[in-house]
Amino acid sequence: MSGNGRFEPRIVAFLCNWCTYTAADTAGVSRMKQPPNVDIIRVMCTGRIDPVFVLKAFAEGADGVIVSGCHPPGDCHYNNGNYKTFRRMPLVEALLQQYGIEEGRFHWGWISGAEAPKWAELTREFTEQVRKLGPLNWKQQFASKED
Amino acid sequence: MGQNGKLKLGLYWAASCGGCEIAVVELREKLLIVDQVADIVFWPVATDFKYKDVEAYPDGYMDVCFFNGAIRTSENEHLAHLLRKKSKILVAFGSCAYEGCIPGLANLFDRESIFRRVYLESESVDNPNKVVPQTTYQMPEGEIHIPKFYNTVKTLAQVTDVDYFLPGCPPQDPQIWAVIEAIVAGKLPPKGSVVGANEKTVCDECKHVREEKKIKKFYRYHEIIPDSTKCLFDQGIICAGPATRGGCGALCTKVDIPCRGCYGPPPNVCDQGASLLAAVASVVDADTEEDARRIVSEILDPVGTFYRFSLPASLLHRARLS
Ligand code: FES
Repeated sequence: MSGNGRFEPRIVAFLCNWCTYTAADTAGVSRMKQPPNVDIIRVMCTGRIDPVFVLKAFAEGADGVIVSGCHPPGDCHYNNGNYKTFRRMPLVEALLQQYGIEEGRFHWGWISGAEAPKWAELTREFTEQVRKLGPLNWKQQFASKED
Repeated sequence: MGQNGKLKLGLYWAASCGGCEIAVVELREKLLIVDQVADIVFWPVATDFKYKDVEAYPDGYMDVCFFNGAIRTSENEHLAHLLRKKSKILVAFGSCAYEGCIPGLANLFDRESIFRRVYLESESVDNPNKVVPQTTYQMPEGEIHIPKFYNTVKTLAQVTDVDYFLPGCPPQDPQIWAVIEAIVAGKLPPKGSVVGANEKTVCDECKHVREEKKIKKFYRYHEIIPDSTKCLFDQGIICAGPATRGGCGALCTKVDIPCRGCYGPPPNVCDQGASLLAAVASVVDADTEEDARRIVSEILDPVGTFYRFSLPASLLHRARLS
């Protein structure tokens, strides 16, 4: 919660170095308006994002998770890392759904290095969306004493 | 160790199917050797010791306790704490105690929905008074109590300190025997180790030949007659082999049944389901997002498929409680 009692979601974003991270960097340097809720973890390629990263983020207290990298087919710096991502993430979505984690808490997609405004907009919209969903508090629900 | 030089051995079952007990009996004539080296001081399925006998034992009285079954009820949890106190070495025996196993899939639900289904809705139930279990009940003779059924199935290590983990549903008898021999010889690995299993995956023990995998369609097991020479995964059958610790001798794949993952994750994998998910995604032969979505949408029940034996031990442990 922030000082004014508003829920401030904690969002973890896994971004590939060559596209979305570059966009996020440009967005920052160009002083585009972005909420402070998104913590960026830079990886070399989205192909490096093991599904376990997403699950662990939620398990450790994230209220929302973003995965973003280079547009398919051809933008990935390593040829096909983004192919790995679009084969994995629909399954991750299906898992999250079974776990009861709302669709709106997980976003994956593509933002190129030239799309800084798109990144800034995503952070704003996604933060509001997760704010509306409220806290996830995963740790607490497992730790809670059985009644 | 007792004055007769024999080990004091305890065995217990919590939330389990009884298969682990059968696995011990599968030692057959070797059970006679167990009898020569150990006195059994608690084994509800086979001996007549009562809980109060165990409570009367001094702390650390048992040298080894094999604890099978997950923690589903307050009774399971009470016994987990009691047996921890009374044993020098506590072994999580079998997949339920180690990772939650099949009973752990109930973590997709909660107590209320399980009770509703089991006691009220199930087609084979006749319950006109809509009775569901209560932890206390007033009888003319006095108040009676039954254990509380928890919302969440937990592993043994999630409620108490565990020394060793012996995986398998059930553990294979040669592996059980190897562990007993190691205990008798005092040659146990460091605390916290997985014992009675291997350091590599089931694929390493599997005889099916692997090629480059490219899957356009996944099959459920009854939808296909697999070629028994080729890797089952290559044929579109989801096989947990690449995400599962070896040690069983690839028993299932030997008869063309895909591995379901009962030996748990291999070393250095923290979440077996995520690891299997990644393995499945890596073989999907799709060049567009739409194709990928279509192919993987055929996998029914992803949590049940990827975490069949390990949901309580996984990173998320359970579905969200409402
Ligand atoms: S480098 Fe950006 S997705 Fe591979």
